[in-house]
Amino acid sequence: MLEAIGVRSMDDLLVDIPQSLRLASLQLPNGLSEFETMAQVRALAERNRVYADRLTFRGGGVYRRFIPSAVAAVTSKPEFYTAYTPYQAEASQGTLQAIFEFQTLIAELTALDVANASLYDGATAVAEAAMMAYVHNGRSEVLVAGYVHPEYVQVLKAFGAGRGIKVRKGDQPSNKTAAVIFQQPDFLGLLVDARGLTQAAHDAGALAIACVDPISLALLAPPGEYGADIAVGEGQQLGLAPSYGGPHVGFIACRKELVRKLPGRLVGTAHDAQGRRGFVLSLAAREQHIRREKATSNICTNHSLCALAAAVYMTYMGPYGLRQVADVSFRRAHHLADRLTALPGWEMALPEQQFLNEFPVRVPKAAAVVRRLARKGILGGLEVGRWFRELKDVLTFTCTEVNDAKALDELLEALA
Amino acid sequence: MAERSYTKTHEWITVDGKQATIGITDFAQSQLGDVVFLELPSSGRKLAAREAFGVVESVKAASDLYSPVAGRISAVNDRLATKPELINSDPYGDGWILKLELAGDLPDDLLDEAGYKKVAEGSSH
Repeated sequence: MLEAIGVRSMDDLLVDIPQSLRLASLQLPNGLSEFETMAQVRALAERNRVYADRLTFRGGGVYRRFIPSAVAAVTSKPEFYTAYTPYQAEASQGTLQAIFEFQTLIAELTALDVANASLYDGATAVAEAAMMAYVHNGRSEVLVAGYVHPEYVQVLKAFGAGRGIKVRKGDQPSNKTAAVIFQQPDFLGLLVDARGLTQAAHDAGALAIACVDPISLALLAPPGEYGADIAVGEGQQLGLAPSYGGPHVGFIACRKELVRKLPGRLVGTAHDAQGRRGFVLSLAAREQHIRREKATSNICTNHSLCALAAAVYMTYMGPYGLRQVADVSFRRAHHLADRLTALPGWEMALPEQQFLNEFPVRVPKAAAVVRRLARKGILGGLEVGRWFRELKDVLTFTCTEVNDAKALDELLEALA
Repeated sequence: MAERSYTKTHEWITVDGKQATIGITDFAQSQLGDVVFLELPSSGRKLAAREAFGVVESVKAASDLYSPVAGRISAVNDRLATKPELINSDPYGDGWILKLELAGDLPDDLLDEAGYKKVAEGSSH
């Protein structure tokens, strides 16, 4: 082989690497057997404190949910599990169709015209939407209205810094505002005036970006219905485990007028020479390998396997199943809120605002409460005072369908 | 018929009194391949000479469109919104892109037929 390409040795192929950067030898330890390796990994894993799903009452963007075994049954098929990004339509019809189904489901869920093949997570999805607005109307300010997930805002600022996009907190857009971004329900679990914020954005000539909880869309009016231009969010609750932060899956959907600014991969249908329907990557000229610095974003991939999991979940649960999940979570959370606020010194932090299945309570000593619950194997509410000074001693509690009635009893007992 | 002048960036321009018509050349459309979309400005906007005013998108490329002259847009070919392929089939006729009301004289760096032919031959690949 070396002869075929006209070199004498392997070293001849490495001439461009300076001597100073070359390693004389790699000091690697001897390998372990599979048995020894697994024992070591297990020992490391056992150092984690893992709370049972049913005794987890914390959310803040990532939630314990029932994941049907159908999800793993589909995603673990080697054709899906090991496939890489489908650059060649002729070799990837199955993958492309699965992504197309995901896109369709997200578009239907958000009531918008088109969704892309998925993004990394909710945080970067928010950033991508902001960049879409910037490229669309040329304005360089984005307004973050209300309690949007603070880590999403951090990511938005990181992306914005590179692009010259200024991120400000507020709900009064001006003619300098490219977009108003709000979260529904917000980071504390509370419902915001999505319609009002959308209208205010439009009145100022700005886009309205709704960061939404996908399960909430089984109960709430979807973004498309109240006129939002772009909907984004975190799809983890659609069949993905928390997994210590990821991988999760971001989604983005928009009105059809904005499709040419939509970042990321987009799967479309086409017909072959015999008129048979097939799937292809579409509108490629949006992307940075063609549009270069004028593209919305440099993202050129997606979270295919995670999007597939979400697509399986949405299909398996269907609209009725999603509604059930949202309903049960809603009822349990409201029941829990009633019981918690009956405790001495415990009160709802923002009682005038409604919530679905996550709510903020002000407690006598938040850190002590969390510690006490932890000793009983219960993951209590999230201390949001960590990000918001005005919310010192406020904990947000979450209930989903995995928190059975007995779990709520155990929680209350632990706080007695 | 008014004589066509060209730019190094593959636009053509014909002038009729104070009115100019602009499009992209046959060479440009053949290099681009099937045109699928144009991002165009609205009527009334003022353009400077050599200002990028829009984008022509094909299946494999997205190229900026530059105005050969300074002027105010008096018309945009809205047939291109539904039939972008006119750029390929009739780049000098029905595939016209903009009409401008000239602001001042024509710049002297516009190329004639022969001058443009040299540019096209030099840049084909």
